[in-house]
Amino acid sequence: MSVTTTPAPVLAPPLAAPRSRGYWGTVGYRLRHDPVTLFFGALLLMIILSALFAPWLSPFDPYKESIIRRLKVPGYMGHLLGTDELGRDMLSRLLHGGRITLMMGFVPVLVATLVGGGLGILAGLAGGRVNALIMRVMDVFYAFPSVLLAVAISGAMGGGVFNALLALSLVFIPPLCRVAETATTQVRNLDFVDAARATGAKLHLVLWHHVLGNVLGPILVYASGMISVGILLGSGLSFLGLGVKPPEPDWGLMLNTLRQAIYVNPLLAALPGIAIFLTSVSINMVSDGLRSAMDVRL
Amino acid sequence: MPETPPLVEVEDLTVRFVTRESTVSAVNGVSFSMAPGEVLCMLGESGSGKSVTMRALMRLLPPRRSRIEGRIRIAGQDVLALDEAGLRRLRGGIAAMIFQEPMTAFDPVMRVGDQIAEVVALHRGASHAAGRRRALELFDLVRIPSAQRRLDAYPHELSGGLRQRAMIAMALSCEPSLLLADEPTTALDATVQIQVLILLRKLQRELGMSVIFVTHDLGVAAEIADRVAVMYAGRVVESGTVRQVLRTPLHPYTAGLLASTVHDQPPDQLLSTIPGAPPDLRALPPGCSFAPRCPRTISDCTLRAPEAVQPAPGRLARCIRAQETLLETA
Amino acid sequence: MSAAPLFLRDPRDVGGPAQPLLDVRDLRKHFPIRGGALQRVVAKVHAVDGVSFSVMKGETLGIVGESGCGKSTLARLLMRLVEPDSGEQVFDGEEVGSARGISVAGLRRQVQMVFQDSASSLNPRMPVQGSVAFGPRAHGMGPAESVALARELLQQVGLNPALFGPRYPHELSGGQKQRVNIARALALRPRMVILDEAVSALDKSVEAQVLNLLRSLKQQMNLTYIFISHDLSVVRWISDRVMVMYLGEVVEIGPAEQIYTAPRHPYTRALLASRPSMDPDHRLEEPPVTGDPPNPVNPPAGCRFHTRCPHAEAVCSARAPRLGLTQGARDHHAACHLHDPASGHSLAMVRH
Repeated sequence: MSVTTTPAPVLAPPLAAPRSRGYWGTVGYRLRHDPVTLFFGALLLMIILSALFAPWLSPFDPYKESIIRRLKVPGYMGHLLGTDELGRDMLSRLLHGGRITLMMGFVPVLVATLVGGGLGILAGLAGGRVNALIMRVMDVFYAFPSVLLAVAISGAMGGGVFNALLALSLVFIPPLCRVAETATTQVRNLDFVDAARATGAKLHLVLWHHVLGNVLGPILVYASGMISVGILLGSGLSFLGLGVKPPEPDWGLMLNTLRQAIYVNPLLAALPGIAIFLTSVSINMVSDGLRSAMDVRL
Repeated sequence: MPETPPLVEVEDLTVRFVTRESTVSAVNGVSFSMAPGEVLCMLGESGSGKSVTMRALMRLLPPRRSRIEGRIRIAGQDVLALDEAGLRRLRGGIAAMIFQEPMTAFDPVMRVGDQIAEVVALHRGASHAAGRRRALELFDLVRIPSAQRRLDAYPHELSGGLRQRAMIAMALSCEPSLLLADEPTTALDATVQIQVLILLRKLQRELGMSVIFVTHDLGVAAEIADRVAVMYAGRVVESGTVRQVLRTPLHPYTAGLLASTVHDQPPDQLLSTIPGAPPDLRALPPGCSFAPRCPRTISDCTLRAPEAVQPAPGRLARCIRAQETLLETA
Repeated sequence: MSAAPLFLRDPRDVGGPAQPLLDVRDLRKHFPIRGGALQRVVAKVHAVDGVSFSVMKGETLGIVGESGCGKSTLARLLMRLVEPDSGEQVFDGEEVGSARGISVAGLRRQVQMVFQDSASSLNPRMPVQGSVAFGPRAHGMGPAESVALARELLQQVGLNPALFGPRYPHELSGGQKQRVNIARALALRPRMVILDEAVSALDKSVEAQVLNLLRSLKQQMNLTYIFISHDLSVVRWISDRVMVMYLGEVVEIGPAEQIYTAPRHPYTRALLASRPSMDPDHRLEEPPVTGDPPNPVNPPAGCRFHTRCPHAEAVCSARAPRLGLTQGARDHHAACHLHDPASGHSLAMVRH
């Protein structure tokens, strides 16, 4: 034989490979090179910041009514976006309204991620009876359409911001729980979890280092997509009078009260809808960008 | 030797996969031809381009992401120029393909007999009943015991070996003149693998069809091949009859592969190995792709990719020292 | 390399060289299959069915068999990743899991495992040196110290730690990943390593590299191996003794050389004869056995191989043969009525 007959060296020459960025490094690199996601990310950031700083940015008091300045066109007497049916400044109300509307998106998703995600991870890890118990309870909630469930819960507990937040949180727990359970079950059955158990390490160390890191990604991507659903549902509740109470500014509620203006000044009636639309599109686009950036070949 | 026109002719085939982040050169200038009734083994490791070549022959590569260049002729037809209707006639009619995992070839919720009958009906315009009769013949042909009963089984109810036989039966349903086999025995148990290999050899002889058999296993090639083409980094580095290639390899890669294959080596010695790993197909080294791992490298090897030379009749090798090697081993 | 001189005894060595490192008696695991609306047990997979063997210190026991023979379940039972239904496992004289013996955690410090799928056995979100360092970290070693140890181990398995240590699994080739898995298994300085199809997924040229590595590591670190594979040639090269399994049972066990040159069980013979010949002029014309291995859910009664055995007689389906010493050989056991003169099989009395 013409090839090496001497024992080959144990040291193999290293393979030339591109410089390692690491997982989050790769995700970050992809996000930075994705103009669409960057654009909508910037837009979303702007919306969030303007809602946060609404008291400083608003040119007028959002609650101050004026009989003579009702339903005026944009630009009238310094009202950049015009006035609503009670003569209040639209821009100021939109800025303030964003605070409640965005809260409707973020808070229930945060609560549901903690509760539902936690329950799902627990169900996935424990398996057996614990899994069956948790998942069957979730299935019961799942059986109702989410809109109907939110309406029913809010209706039963009465309106108000707090009850609306609670209703939305309850609606989001089952889907997040299911996503977390699926991800955890998949990861739990991979060999590296067995390999980690085989080192004799304590269970909580195996969970912390090997399971959590691998299930958080899918859960967060899913949760980020739920935020816009939360905004839409929250606006819907307000529209039906089950969420925010007047005169509190909220995009959904504004959409409701400005319905009559559609014949007088259609642009005014559309403004809160445009705000909802832009926010939820931004969130969805960022969520999609995140999903594809995190889809690293493993 | 009488001049029969070759059944398959491949000239300078290249396949590249283009993604946003990189271009993978999977096949880099593959040429071969095969006569009717011949068994050609494409031998190579993962990433050598053997399966991609095979899929290119059937135009099964994703059209958006893959760039195919070169010329492929099967039974006189220019495969790369075929339209959809022509491709349908080619697949299943002239050429059929079997895979490593038969579950992917069958619809899991349909009885296997009905699936074969459907294929027959589609290609031949026969009735379903005639298709079922043909399926029974085929099951007998591939030696499935209690064939009549097995026709009514769902894919998951068959054992691994029977499922593989059923897939072969489906591939043979329209009497193809070319069978493409992509590692069909790799996932099977040892005692089952040899049964399927012997069956394929018998069927090939009885039906007189050509077979291109992709494998990474030298032993499988020794059992079934007439000719062998050894692939490395998207090129055929050596081809010849199975006896020539396995007994007097001309390319150092083939020699290294033979030497490192564990087969009754003395247990008290270390195995001889090929050092290193195959090249990254996104950035192939200039010159001979095997040069970085080759024990016979000389300075000329890294200048440019070696042309295929013919050191002996019927043999090809892409190595500038092939002639030398032949003289040394003779 | 700081290889311990052979004459210095490992302080963990309790019973001395004559005591087996691992002794397994009548290990059994049946997996229930649940069905119907009430998830009742409708059948059982007889994965491992009364397996007994021992492994001496410093030897390599090869385990071969086809799919469904229970070899991978056996590996997970030995690591207690799966709880056995019954049976005893004694590690260096101490019973595993009993009050006076060794705890499961204690066992896992001394026995490690390398899995077949090099990709899924590494955490994709963790740099490979982190995966190697995890075991020592979990046992209380400091972060800097454990990473230093991990890098030393990577060096030992042939990977440049500066280059490969910070990389993630998807940036490594299959062979490189398997080297990392071996380094991880060695991180706790185990006395025994279970290799479950550890080279089966690798390309042939890489397989030989890893096999050589395994052999030299064994010498350097005084390891004992259990090497599980479906590849008979590889098992022959690496093993001192070989155990052949079929449908959850041991059919033959003995010195590697004898198993390969004078196999006693018809199944072992069939398995050996099924290997491709490597010689185009001596091709196999008839398969040594027909059919597939039966489903381990309902294994055949009596001798489990009787449905495919060329020598099967009535007694074979009536009574299961016991694993017994075969004649004319030391330490070579087979479970076949042919080798039991009292079995009543018509060919049993024939002496060699």
